Order: sequence, then C-alpha cells, then structure tokens
Amino acid sequence: MKAFATLLERLVLTPSRNRKMEIIRDYCASRPDPYRGYAIGAITGDLKLKSVQPSLLRELMTQRIDAELFRLSYDYVGDLAETVSLLWGPAETAEAPPPLSQVVEMLSSASKSDTPAILSGLLDAMDVSSRYALIKLATGGLRIGVSARLAKQALAEFGNVKIEEIEELWHGLEPPYSSLFAWLDGSGAKPVAAGRAPFRPVMLSNAIEERELEDITPADFLAEWKWDGIRIQLVSDRGKRRIYSRTGEDISPAFPDLVEAMAFEGTFDGELLVRSPLGEPLAIRTFSDLQQRLNRKIVPKGMLSSHPAFARLYDCLLDGENDLREQNLEQRRNALAMIVDRLPPERFDLSPEVSFTSVDDLRDKRANPPHPVIEGLMLKRRQSTYRSGRPRGLWYKWKRDPMVIDAVLMYAQRGHGKRSGYYSDFTFGAWRDGETGMELVPVGKAYFGFTDAELKQLDKYVRKNTTERFGPVRSVAAGMDGGLVLEIAFEGINRSNRHKSGVAMRFPRISQIRWDKPAAEADRLEALEALIGD
Amino acid sequence: MRPDALLHPAPQGLYCPPGDFYIDPVRPVERALITHGHADHARAGHGAVMATQRTLDIMAIRYGDEFAGSVHPARFGETTNVNGASVTFHPAGHVLGSAQIAVEKNGTRIVVSGDYKRRPDPTAEHFELAKCDVFITEATFGLPVFNHPDAATEIGKLLSSLDQFPDRTHLVGAYALGKAQRVIRLLRDSGYDRPIHIHGSLQRLCDYYRLEGIELGDLRPATLAEGAKNAGRDFAGEIVLGPPSAFNSPWVRRFSDPLIAFASGWMQVRQRAKQRGVELPLVISDHCDWNELTASIRDTGAAEVWVTHGREEGLVRWCELNQIRAKPLNIVGYEDENE
Repeated sequence: MKAFATLLERLVLTPSRNRKMEIIRDYCASRPDPYRGYAIGAITGDLKLKSVQPSLLRELMTQRIDAELFRLSYDYVGDLAETVSLLWGPAETAEAPPPLSQVVEMLSSASKSDTPAILSGLLDAMDVSSRYALIKLATGGLRIGVSARLAKQALAEFGNVKIEEIEELWHGLEPPYSSLFAWLDGSGAKPVAAGRAPFRPVMLSNAIEERELEDITPADFLAEWKWDGIRIQLVSDRGKRRIYSRTGEDISPAFPDLVEAMAFEGTFDGELLVRSPLGEPLAIRTFSDLQQRLNRKIVPKGMLSSHPAFARLYDCLLDGENDLREQNLEQRRNALAMIVDRLPPERFDLSPEVSFTSVDDLRDKRANPPHPVIEGLMLKRRQSTYRSGRPRGLWYKWKRDPMVIDAVLMYAQRGHGKRSGYYSDFTFGAWRDGETGMELVPVGKAYFGFTDAELKQLDKYVRKNTTERFGPVRSVAAGMDGGLVLEIAFEGINRSNRHKSGVAMRFPRISQIRWDKPAAEADRLEALEALIGD
Repeated sequence: MRPDALLHPAPQGLYCPPGDFYIDPVRPVERALITHGHADHARAGHGAVMATQRTLDIMAIRYGDEFAGSVHPARFGETTNVNGASVTFHPAGHVLGSAQIAVEKNGTRIVVSGDYKRRPDPTAEHFELAKCDVFITEATFGLPVFNHPDAATEIGKLLSSLDQFPDRTHLVGAYALGKAQRVIRLLRDSGYDRPIHIHGSLQRLCDYYRLEGIELGDLRPATLAEGAKNAGRDFAGEIVLGPPSAFNSPWVRRFSDPLIAFASGWMQVRQRAKQRGVELPLVISDHCDWNELTASIRDTGAAEVWVTHGREEGLVRWCELNQIRAKPLNIVGYEDENE
C-alpha cells in the first residue's frame, strides 16, 4: 500500500506529463504483479470497487472528532480524502498495513454492513499518505491529473510497444492485467483480444499543406464534409455494443439512445453529433449542444429527447466478422452504404461524398459550406487501406480558416514546469459600452500560439506594465489610451452563461502580437457576438 | 486587575494602558515591545523599541541602524518595570532571538506568546514555559489537521530526492529569517556537507546566524560565473535555497530542470502544495502544530486564552470543549503566510 500511496502522491504533485509517465513506468518496473496491475486499474478507472460514499467517511469522522472541528478542518483543506487522512490520528497498530492487492480484495468483497468496520480498521493501520490513497481508491475517482490515455501511453513506453496495440487489447483485459504485463515484460506472448466488441485503433488525418493540394484530384481523392462533432467508433459484436472515443475510452453509458439503435454487427467509424428531437426533420446541432451530453454517467430522460444522439458514418472496419481494413476506401464505403441502408435513418446516415472538379472548386466549397456545423473538408485517398495511427499522404483534413479577432491583453498568469518564472497564460478582452465610457470585458484566455522568443517579450511586457497583483495573476495596464493588442485565432464561438462576456471561444490562441496597433482599435464584443453560428 | 485593562487590542496592535506600550504594533507607535524579527511583527519607525538583543540586531540588518528612535535590549528572564507594568521576556523557540513577553501588574499575569515552537532547534533558543493567568497564543496551525512530522525525516526526503534526480537543481523555498538557517542546519546535521547555494537575500541573515555561533557550513551565492555559457548546468544536482517570492521571478530561469521544494508547515496540505506548484513538499515548521498548541495552553495553566493570527476558531472551539475560557483577538496585520 505504501508504494501505491507514494505513486499517487508523486503523480499529484508532478506537473510535467513526461515525468508523470516516467513515474508510472518506474512503478511498473519496480513493483511485481498483481500490485502494479491494480495500481494501473485504479488510475485508468477500470478497477471497480464497491464504492464508499462520502457520507460514510463523514460519519466515521464524527465518531472520532468534534463535528465543529471537523467542519473547520474540511473547510480549510477542501478535499475530503485529505481531511480524513490528516484527522484520523496516529496509526494505531504496529503491524504494516495490508498490501494493495489485499486491500482491493477486502473492499470488493465487503458487505455493506461490514464496510465501515473494514474501512476503519484499514485507516487505523495506515499513515497519512496511505490513508489518502485508500480513500481515493474506495470512493472511486482518483482525480490525480492522470488520464487513462496517459497511463496507457506509459505502459506502451514501459513495454516498448505501440499504444495502439494496448488500446486494442484493453477492453478485453481486467485488473491486475497479468497477461498484459507478462507480454510487456517480454516473458509472455501478446494477449489475444478476448473480450467482445474490442476497440480497433483508428486512422487519423493530417492537416493538409498548401503544396500538397496539388495532388488532390477527383480521381484519386474522395471529399467529405468535416462535421464538428466527436470522432467515434461504434462496435456491435454478438450482442455486446460499445461506443468508443478515438482514444479507446468507452463512452457508451453517456449515449444509451444511440447504443439501443445499433442493430448491426460490425465496427464503424463515424462522427457523433446531436440532432433535432426525433419526429422533427433531421437537423444537426452545434458542438455546444453535443457537449451537454458528454461526460455523463447518467443521462436525464429529458435530455435524451431534447438532445438525441446521431452518428454520421464514414468508414467500415469490420462487417460482421469480416475484416475490411485491408480493402481500399471505395470498397469499404460500398459495404458501409449497404449496411447504412438497413439502419434506422433517424439515428444513422452515411457521410455523403462531396463531388468536385478541381482544387479551386474545393476551395470555394470549403469557404461556403452548406451548414454552420461544418468545420471544413476531409480528403481521403480512394485507394487507401485502413491504417491505424496517422499515416502520411492518405487522409487529409482541410479546416476552414480560423476566426480571428483583435483583443486587448488584460491579465497574465504564471506558467508551470518549464514555463515557471514566465507569465504565459494570457486573458484578453474586447470593448463594450460601460457606464463611464468604453470598457474591456474578458472574452477568453490563451496560453499558446507564440514562439519562445515572443513569450519572453510578452513576459517582459507584463512585468513592465503590471498594475495589480493577485497571487500568481497580474493585472496589465489596458485602456483606451494604452495596452497591448493580441490577434486571437479560434475555431468557433458559443454563447455561455458562465462567462461575464456571455461568449466562449473554442481553442483560442495568440496568432500574432500586434505591437503596432493602438488598444482603442481592438474589436468590440458585438463583433464576436456576430460570429456566433446559431 | 482585569486582564483586558492590562492588555487589549487597538488599531495599532496589542496595547498595555498602564505601561503605555504596544506589543508587535503594526503601525508606528511611541513605545513598542517586539517578540521577534519577522517583518509583520517587527516594523520600522517606532519611537522606543524593547526586544532581545538578537531581535534588535535582526531589525537593524533588515531596516538599517536607524530603524527606531531608541533601542532597549531585554535579557531573557529579567523583569523590567515599564511605567509600572512588569515585563519579562522568555524564549519562544520560533527563530533566533524570538521571545514571549509576560506582562504583569497587581497580580494579573498575561503572556503574549508571539510565534512559538516547542521542538528542539539548534538555530533558536529553546522555548521556555511561562505560567500565567491569560495566555495569548498564535494559531497559525490551529486546526487538528496539522501534525508536523519530525523535521529530520523531511530533510531525508530532500536528500533522497537528490539521489534520485542527480541532474535536477533542487530549489528549496524557505523564508529568509529562521527557516532558511534551520533548513541549512538540518541538512548539515543529516551529514550533507556539500556547498549549499543561497539567494542573495538570505546572505546577511545567514552571516548573522554564523556570527552568533550557529554553524551553517559552506554557503555560496547562487549566482552565475561571469559569461558562463549554459551556466544552469552549474547547479545540476545542487541544493539552492531562496525565499519563495524569488521562485516567481526571472531568477529561477537560470537553473536546469528545477525541482521545486518548499519548507513550510503549510506543506502538510497537499492541495496547497499543488496550488503553489511545489513538487517536493517539506513539512518543516517554525510554529507549533495542533497538539503542541493545545498542550501549551494546558501547560501555562492559564484560566483564559486569547487566540490571535491564524485559525482562531479551531483553538477557541478546542478551549470550549475543554472548559477553558477563550476568545479570538482580532488583530489585523499579521501574515500567516510567512512560515
């Protein structure tokens, strides 16, 4: 348990992604089975224990400490697991706490009435950091800033294999992943993807460069609209149905309506979208409507009818058990078209081919898409087989040019890791009419888009023009008579109740620093509002 | 006499009407008694200042020789009559020269703890218990979540991190007065005898500690050799000590792949460490933890406790539960962040 606790502690406090992976790799190299497998399962969220409710922890605490002192402490610390681990008191037994695997076993086999006593006994035997780890484990949801994807990446590096191989195997495996580790250690064969409805590593596109456009001809390439949804893989395999994100995370629970409609056998590639209520004519809705449905464990009924899920399919990896990935795109699409014909049209359709005569024709189409939820074009080589990863020259994305505004720098925050010591997160604003004349209202935040040299200039500017400080944040002089204009590029803009300005940008970044432009000439909030698509 | 006639809070700080003096006033006053040299307790610009010689020395180092109209050194254990009130300084164990101040008149005795620590520390005079009727205690760590581990164990974490990451500069945040010297001394007592590099702002206080007979070993300025290329490498695998404020300045950029550590009682709370971007929290405190605070309240035998700067509610609640009269003293101007 101690080693697992140390692992969590280090992951919590390490800001760098690479170093987090290094920590996970070291842990896998130094800890035997089954401990390392349980730890990985805890991080990826695949280790499912009977969950301990926060109310049980509070109840246990009030038996040990005055309720008011507990309240004051929790208020101060802010995290229940940490508060309890600090307040529990000195370890009461001299024996070492049980190892992780035994803890997992005890917690998963405990009956509801035994759980409080078992949990208390474990907490008694542990030091503060082990208690913290235990509570995180028992309540589910580690929230330590490590995604499942990052853990898999670390495993791939640990075993010197491709992450796609791990993703493909993942859903057939369970903690403690002994067969997987045997393979990664080099002492066993690669496990066979045993589970039904496995994830298949997806094929990704590259952004097209201007010179590559020369190769695009209607004979060699198929064009499709690029819809602003999320990329999914739909798998239906002998009664098991799953919807995966493009990194292999199972997102089916958030989309029961779509899962129910998956009356097919096979593996398909498509775009997940939200549509108009069923019964009304099909209308694709915006990404912000789709966002309402993401990351939910339980979907409210009303949301199922107001925000129904829809999948626009564009590729077929497996038709039944028949693997089509070695066939070319035209053959795969022909197979897909026949299947889509039999599927309920209110949930699925085939991403249509966009016919074109020349690159200039495409350029026009891209500039004038027929629907606001289109974010550009996909160009796919007709002869391409389905290859996982991001192979060059086969699939291209050609996004619309980003939207651009000129905004004024208002606040800057210090960065972390290699940017510590630099002001590298910038909040910028647009003009609007205030009570006493024009005022700036913050409209977004950007922390990339600039070069290292530009970062130094920005940092210097912030330090020279600071008007106020609040902790790590500095307020920068910004008004009609002075301030720094930043050209901000972004992919889209939505209405938002959570922001003072009423708008939220997607992927804002600093595309240019306008040292030359007077702050008074930056854009007004109305200019941003006019860009909203709805 | 009634305790609050002997001492009570005023806008300038804690005031003693019969003696006409303030203790640790936050604004300039005629007569000030100062518990210790931390900037929020010891400010410049008072008329007459009474404090231990070491605290007076530290104030002179920080503010220049003209920091007060006149200075009056107090010896530990000696009672002085100030306008009819008896005043005695007792060691507080917080930093070098730190004192508790006992004020007595007509049989009523109040002890103002200042900031205090009860664990042994070779860089400060050891805390001495002073019995009293009213104990005015600080409450920096006045919640039961604070249980400071053994400082030597914490220093062990720093040393094992150095073993594990021999290429990273270990940047240790420590406040300039007290904490920095204590961390250095703890490192020396753990057998670390390599040079320790220090930020310029620590130099004079480290020099003073050495002058007072506290061995700190080989200290070097954390500056770059003239014209050195890629000089950050000079500090790879070294310990560099600086005040936390320096970590937000361009100063940190000179170090290769720095690993940020911070020596403070606050580091007990992981979320706080994370917020500050601290990778290696070292729970080393110059204050009492919860158990030491509550034990001290009992040990003084005080019938009444006044609680100031920190988490007052926690200690007041504890006193209530233990049938000790208590109230928070709301004195503004002390920064509990300086630990």
